[in-house]
Amino acid sequence: MTMQPIRPYFAAFRARFQLVLQYCVAALAGFATQCWWGGIKVMVFAAFYGAHAAAAPISLADAITYVWLGQALLALLPWVADPEIDEAVRTGGVGYDRLRPLDAYGFWYARTLGWMLARALPRALLMILAAGIVLPLIGLGAWSWRPPSGVAAALLFVPAFALMVALSAAVLTLANVVVAASLNARGVNAVLTPLVIVFSGSLLPLDFYPDALRPFLHVQPLAGLVDIPFRIYFADLEGSAALRGLALQAGWTAVLVGFGRLAMERVMRRLEIQGG
Amino acid sequence: MPQILVDALAKTYRVAERAPGLAGALRGLVRRQWREVHALMDVSFSLEAGELLAFIGPNGAGKSTTVKILSGILRPTSGRVEVGGLVPYEDRMRHVARIGVVFGQRSQLWWDLPILDGFDLLADIYRVDATHYRRRRDELVAMVRLEPLLAQPVRQLSLGQRMRAEFVAALLHDPEILFLDEPTIGLDAPSKLAVRQCVKRLNREQGVTVLLTTHDMHDVEALAERVIVIGQGRLLADGPFNSLRTGSLAERRLHVDFAGPTPGFEMPGVTVRTRGERSLELGFDPAVIPTPRLIAAIATQHAVEDIHVDEVAIEEVIARFYELHDAHEA
Repeated sequence: MTMQPIRPYFAAFRARFQLVLQYCVAALAGFATQCWWGGIKVMVFAAFYGAHAAAAPISLADAITYVWLGQALLALLPWVADPEIDEAVRTGGVGYDRLRPLDAYGFWYARTLGWMLARALPRALLMILAAGIVLPLIGLGAWSWRPPSGVAAALLFVPAFALMVALSAAVLTLANVVVAASLNARGVNAVLTPLVIVFSGSLLPLDFYPDALRPFLHVQPLAGLVDIPFRIYFADLEGSAALRGLALQAGWTAVLVGFGRLAMERVMRRLEIQGG
Repeated sequence: MPQILVDALAKTYRVAERAPGLAGALRGLVRRQWREVHALMDVSFSLEAGELLAFIGPNGAGKSTTVKILSGILRPTSGRVEVGGLVPYEDRMRHVARIGVVFGQRSQLWWDLPILDGFDLLADIYRVDATHYRRRRDELVAMVRLEPLLAQPVRQLSLGQRMRAEFVAALLHDPEILFLDEPTIGLDAPSKLAVRQCVKRLNREQGVTVLLTTHDMHDVEALAERVIVIGQGRLLADGPFNSLRTGSLAERRLHVDFAGPTPGFEMPGVTVRTRGERSLELGFDPAVIPTPRLIAAIATQHAVEDIHVDEVAIEEVIARFYELHDAHEA
């Protein structure tokens, strides 16, 4: 069979995806919160554009799309380390992971990917429905989520989205390894969450930050999670700028995967499973 | 060449320590105190394919550490380990594909998944061929009588049911060696019997090499021809189970019920353990005074109603053995 090499990883992904997809109430609650915050952010942007439209790096329509896209895909961002890994580390179940004839990093990466995507899928679909379809239908088209700006933008967004997911899973898997090393997810999460809020562009598109910071903000790894793919979506990044963005996403993904693998190797070498 | 070879194995853990209380916590922030714990020291043994070996020893003796090193989870501090020609922690992926492991205190099944889905997932993880998997699974499920439970999520199973499922999970990929770390812990009597029967069949009928750790001496009596006793990280004994008895506590017990009030009793080489109104419990070493002679002596001198001989309970033998070797948990 041709798929034998990836069969275990795909199975681990699928099992996690199917399981997490069952948490309907969590998805609905998340969706409600994201609608609420999306509304507030849209209003803040409207107020800002009313006063300083000339100073803004992108149009209000694009800023609103940026907000809804961000709210829809919020669960794809690496906010906190995978709770399943945290649980396995605390209960010693991580020992069983070492007993599987699998690449340890790939095994964790696949499971985390399944968790992320299953959490994001229902939320994203509901948000497309609410902000992309319902808002225009009830006459609030000015505040709605617009489709991609043209065919080229739509086509470029496909790899940009895939790389966003791959990059996010790489960040999370690295966070999981740190959890395994420190035996506790709290410290990791306390550092990770604020970094993601600011540096991904989730709080504000990165061009809204002061000029002096921008050269740094646009090349750091977390830009590939929100700022780059979303600007590709509404063609703020197009042509060679879009390709540079994709390259940055791919490059950082490769670096973080490589670093995560090394860290995993080191942590697993000195792993100690106590008791029992 | 033996299937499992362990030579001068040692494992030392470094444990952070701090004085109790707030002062200790503050001091711990500035300077950590480390203490070395020698979980294993100079342990050597070997095991042939198809053997069944039981590891016994008090809590904290190093049994689980040995299993974790042999299964490839932990790296030893020093010494040499080879399992089927591979060094487990160097060649982990190839090694773990050939072994099955059950930790009695942990689950390898997915808590929220029905048992059957968990088995399917394991078959994917071990890349077991689909037709072979179905045959193997059905055979194992029938062996531990798990059919009625297959659709239930693992979290709803009793411990005994879960342990049977754990066995199937550990065997789906046809491992050559099975490591069992306290597989009967916390189980009720029928479940223990089922586990023992399952282990025995795998070993006898399918030639699976089994290395198990346990605190339950009935497990050992029922299963193992060979026993290794380990205490405070050292190997104390390695041999047939019965040799432990003769080596540490050869004493036997004689219970005598008299027709009348218990008479006075004294005999060289025999101790009176308990004296009842119409009964006596005597301890004696059959090498010093043969059993028939003792019985004859009592029966001819006194009016005896009933008489029977006991061996010392195996738990007592083992406790005595640990005591002799000063191997109680530190």
